[in-house]
Amino acid sequence: MAQSSDDNDVIFEARDLRIHAVRDDGSELPIVKGVDFKVRRGEVVALIGESGSGKTTISLSALGYCKPGLKFAGGEALLLGQDVTKMSTEELRPIRGEKVAYLAQSAAATFNPSILINEQVTEAPVLHGSKTSEEAGAKALSLYHALELPDPENIGARYPHQVSGGQLQRLMAAMALCGEPDLLVLDEPTTALDVTTQIEVLKAFKQVIKEEGAAAIYVTHDLAVVAQVADHVVVLYNGEIKEAGPVETIINKSEHPYTKRLMGAIRPLPEPGQGEDSNHQHMRDVPALEAKAVDAGYGKGAEGKPASMVLRDVNVTIERGKTVGIIGESGCGKSTLARVFAGLLPPSDGALRLDGQPIAPDLRNRSREELRKVQFVYQMADTALNPRQRIKDIIGRPLEFYGGLSGEAKTRRLLELLEMVELPPPFADRYPHELSGGQKQRVNLARALAADPEVVLCDEVTSALDTIVGANVIELLKSLRRETGVSFVFISHDLSTVASFADEIVVLYAGRVAEQGPTDKVLAPPYHPYTRLLISSVPEMRTGWLEDTVSSKETITGMTGGVELTDIGCPFFARCPLAIKGTCDTVNPPRRVDGDDHIIECHREVDELLGGG
Amino acid sequence: MSTAKQNEHYVAPYDDGVSFDELPDSAPSSHYSPSWTGWLGIGVVGFWVFIAVFGPYIAPLGENDLPFPDDYSEFQMPRPGAWLGTDESDRDVLSRLMYGAGRTIGISFAATLLAYFLGVVLGIGAAISSPRVDMIVSRINDAFLSLPTIMLGLVVVAAVGSSIPVLIITAGVIYATVVFRLARALGQEIMVMDFVEAARVRGEGRWWIITREIWPNAAMPLMTDFGLRLIYVILFISSLSFLGLGVQPPQADWGSMVRENLGALSYGQSVIPVIAPALSIATLTVAINLVVDDISAHSGGKLSKRL
Repeated sequence: MAQSSDDNDVIFEARDLRIHAVRDDGSELPIVKGVDFKVRRGEVVALIGESGSGKTTISLSALGYCKPGLKFAGGEALLLGQDVTKMSTEELRPIRGEKVAYLAQSAAATFNPSILINEQVTEAPVLHGSKTSEEAGAKALSLYHALELPDPENIGARYPHQVSGGQLQRLMAAMALCGEPDLLVLDEPTTALDVTTQIEVLKAFKQVIKEEGAAAIYVTHDLAVVAQVADHVVVLYNGEIKEAGPVETIINKSEHPYTKRLMGAIRPLPEPGQGEDSNHQHMRDVPALEAKAVDAGYGKGAEGKPASMVLRDVNVTIERGKTVGIIGESGCGKSTLARVFAGLLPPSDGALRLDGQPIAPDLRNRSREELRKVQFVYQMADTALNPRQRIKDIIGRPLEFYGGLSGEAKTRRLLELLEMVELPPPFADRYPHELSGGQKQRVNLARALAADPEVVLCDEVTSALDTIVGANVIELLKSLRRETGVSFVFISHDLSTVASFADEIVVLYAGRVAEQGPTDKVLAPPYHPYTRLLISSVPEMRTGWLEDTVSSKETITGMTGGVELTDIGCPFFARCPLAIKGTCDTVNPPRRVDGDDHIIECHREVDELLGGG
Repeated sequence: MSTAKQNEHYVAPYDDGVSFDELPDSAPSSHYSPSWTGWLGIGVVGFWVFIAVFGPYIAPLGENDLPFPDDYSEFQMPRPGAWLGTDESDRDVLSRLMYGAGRTIGISFAATLLAYFLGVVLGIGAAISSPRVDMIVSRINDAFLSLPTIMLGLVVVAAVGSSIPVLIITAGVIYATVVFRLARALGQEIMVMDFVEAARVRGEGRWWIITREIWPNAAMPLMTDFGLRLIYVILFISSLSFLGLGVQPPQADWGSMVRENLGALSYGQSVIPVIAPALSIATLTVAINLVVDDISAHSGGKLSKRL
């Protein structure tokens, strides 16, 4: 092994690292099977792989930490030349927070909601005695500037709930960097964020890592994100390195079939022409489900109106056998709309129609037949399946409840449904916790299909899944749509997913429909400025995309604020590059119709929206 | 594998056509197998349950028989014919202990069952009821909770008079308040899970949601708590008996045996008549605790994960 001259710069090195899970009976199961990689100063190394690949386990070894039930079984994890796997907790304490810091996926769970931000950011170095509280405060302030947080002088004096999600994520980076660690471990720091927020966070992370001269291990399953931030990539599958190399090589010249499969699962950018227009054989005269001028919100306010209005004047028509995609950032009312359809949240105004007939707004007043026709599929399959019921009972219940099936007829239908969602028959006897995340989501779908529904409401069904698993679920949905003629309402914050699956797209912003129409038209100019922002925020699989995007005008204005519900005017006003002061903030935007069924709600003329922002 | 593969492109050896299956979520959980402390607890509890059930049949003498009718003297030292000596009325301590086991354990178990029946039905009922009903039931329960248990027991028993059914009902109602809070908290936690909402969207009735969706998920944590609650009830019943308001003489139970024989501590030949029932209470409660701890240590993480 040749000693290269720059080995002094190696901050972290894993040498034949092995980690085993210890079972209850004492036997051991290898989780990480001999992994080697190095992280040099100023370098970001991405660990990429699906869940179960051991990427988080490996990244935590840099802190000398093993999750309960795991143990270091061999090899070394060298942090600045010291093997942290053999250290005691006492020896590790000064190292953690000083030499190596960890950034978790959820900033909301990392911050204590009742302590001021500054106090939490400066806590570690002050506690370790490496800085006085004045020094730490000064360091924190410089980090707030570097992370481009708004009002850096005063943001530390706020509580965590007083800043936005993206800001909190950046403040978490400040917390990790305040002790000036040599190595930063980031575990999926942007996975839970909206695309627009992801950009601002990625940009801040990348910049601050370079400025601080730290090294980083970046754990993710998103190759497009890796392309933006990493210098080196390590591809993991089942605890083994499948491919490793500089980011350009991995993205442009990957060789290993597993890497290629990861690349293959990435959906193309949202562009017109890819929405697979489903055939019309299932069409009928009346739409399957319709919402007319629906207003809805939470809480009880004056005059029977909700205290907090979420949806305003929403019109959505779902034709039989078609898929309507609903897109928008979190807080835009996507899930609220699904809950209105399901009858969980009766609208305060407007009407719902099922098969052309009006239906009760509250599910308690709906007949069993009406309930059968609208089925809901939840985002988290983990919590949507009763852990104490076998798969055959979970799927079997709607069969007997709606269809009155029992005995052999029920079993036959159950096996058909399992086959439909591509699960082997023996799975019928399993419990949910014996299934993987993707398999659980298939059971979740099968339960909805068991009701023989007209419309299936899918609320972020792929968001919690890895790229490959999510892609498989989308393929399944496409084939189900062809076979069954069921209509889908597909809610997602991921525009690429919606673009590849939906016939029609509804873009929601702050509870109003910003734009709606056939997929091809929504994804082509003229755009609503919000649609344009969403499209340009989807990360591309090339290096340098981040730099190009953050310099564009619409991204700069679009990143300035979060979603805020407004009573009058266009809610997108504050973030819109085309906003007209005095009009957009005071007058509700008119509905502009471009062609047959493409609607844009904007004060700008359709022609003005055609040009580049 | 070489460690110096960072800057060059490393590709692991592979076979074409090998599919990369979706990795499993987690290893299937194993069944509960007790640790040695768990086994110890199970052994001791099993021993006492056996005595409680068969004590009257295998006891050397009757509950109130005198082992040495010709040699009347209280607090005699152990000797053949009375292996734990005799008590304040010269009765056989061993036999009384064996008769008393059935009463102490039986009354406590029945009272805990009653507490669970009341607490779970009302607690889960409150959790799924309208906020107003929940509020009323919960505040009434809080009022009961604020009363000291032993005082409440004393007052009730003093007013109604002591008998085994009164003891069971009193202890059952008093401890139902604690179970109510636990069951309500569990019920509320499970009520907001997506699978319960899925059942509501399906149109399921309240009865189905309670029995099929909520109860199976609440049962396991409640059962762990059952053991713990049983300990408190045993101590409660024993305390009442010790104060003279529990099981009435000449019937034996462990608490009343301690009281009857208190004199042994100051002027008896043998202190065994006091120590033996006290030690029986201690070994039984500690053993139940060992079993409960062992089960919750085993399922601790997994239980909360399932919820």
